[in-house]
Amino acid sequence: MTSNSNVSSMRRTVEQLRLEASVERVKVSQAAADLQQYCLQNASKDALLVGLPAGSNPFREPRSCAVL
Amino acid sequence: MGEVEKMKKEAEGLKTEIEAARKAVHDTDMAAAAAGLAPAPRVQLKTRRTLKGHLAKIYAMHWCTDNKLMVSASQDGKLIIWDSHSGNKINAIPLKSSWVMTSAYAPSGNLVASGGLDNMCTVYNLKTPVVKIIKELDAHTGYLSCARFLNDADILTASGDTTCALWDIETGKQKTVFLNHIGDCMCLALSTDMNTFVSGACDSLAKLWDIRDGQCKQTFQGHTSDINAISFFPTGNAFITGSDDCTCKMYDIRSDQEVIGYQDAQLNSGVTSLALSMSGRLIFAGYDDFNCNIWDSLKGEKIGVLSGHDNRVSCTGVPSDGMCVCTGSWDSFLKIWN
Repeated sequence: MTSNSNVSSMRRTVEQLRLEASVERVKVSQAAADLQQYCLQNASKDALLVGLPAGSNPFREPRSCAVL
Repeated sequence: MGEVEKMKKEAEGLKTEIEAARKAVHDTDMAAAAAGLAPAPRVQLKTRRTLKGHLAKIYAMHWCTDNKLMVSASQDGKLIIWDSHSGNKINAIPLKSSWVMTSAYAPSGNLVASGGLDNMCTVYNLKTPVVKIIKELDAHTGYLSCARFLNDADILTASGDTTCALWDIETGKQKTVFLNHIGDCMCLALSTDMNTFVSGACDSLAKLWDIRDGQCKQTFQGHTSDINAISFFPTGNAFITGSDDCTCKMYDIRSDQEVIGYQDAQLNSGVTSLALSMSGRLIFAGYDDFNCNIWDSLKGEKIGVLSGHDNRVSCTGVPSDGMCVCTGSWDSFLKIWN
């Protein structure tokens, strides 16, 4: 291991950490509120959450009534 | 003090600074914030289709944006394109290498891709009279664990060589190589605006990358083993990971930290795959113990299970219209549930 590669490798590590440290962070309470809001606003459209009427389920055969 | 010593000190200082900054915004956690929410209903889904046709373990599946077709990959050496509504096979594409680990459908529906222990990503045109290989993307020095198309011209890959790459399909060359993980990259997820992606690796870290400048912008810790699965929350501001440490976690990008974990003392199998319902409220996580557990993403509670496979659930996917969830297994079957 040459001392040059140690230096350049550490330099990259420090530069990366500086970049990651500079991120502006939002409070978790705000982030949580935004995530909740999205879930609640879209809940009624979420077929796996609220279910689908059988007629509009592409994976269920609609029952047909034969009129005799 | 030598230069390396000085930089090590600076690195330690920066790590401490990052931890302190994260703590400073950690004024609550998701479960506490969701305490007042009505619980999600107990989810009981039925198997609507069992897709039989593969002859060996299924390793990957991916929905087409038309919400009807999907591609699956098996170590029987085939990619199968299925019509999920009818259950019919539209195409069976023979693979040059049967050691496949990933498959992807292009948003246009024109192309699919596969890759695995051959270290290559092979791109196929579905619209020629006979399915044709249009390119073999060959530059990774480790297995291909995941591939995702941005469009018909660009594809992102994750590899066991610890890098991710953005490729120009026409030239077959890597446009950008994303370097920073120190373990095999196992999974990736593309943001809806296609400007960023997140990756998970065997170094137990998840990373957020800027596609245009190739840089790692943020690193997320918390898992204690390989991250096998990763998926964005629909808003793009958070993502979920699944790991060999038997837990899933949600990380918020703007808070730069884990905000909730999904674990159960009785669950001691690794997470292989995950997918979110279209509102983001439900997480479908496939485990080594043959089940797919359903988690309430906001409250962190397990609210259902999809049982039916006779071997490990290796892949999971929800189409963009959210109408169903597909699970694929080492038992060679795919199941569609809703």
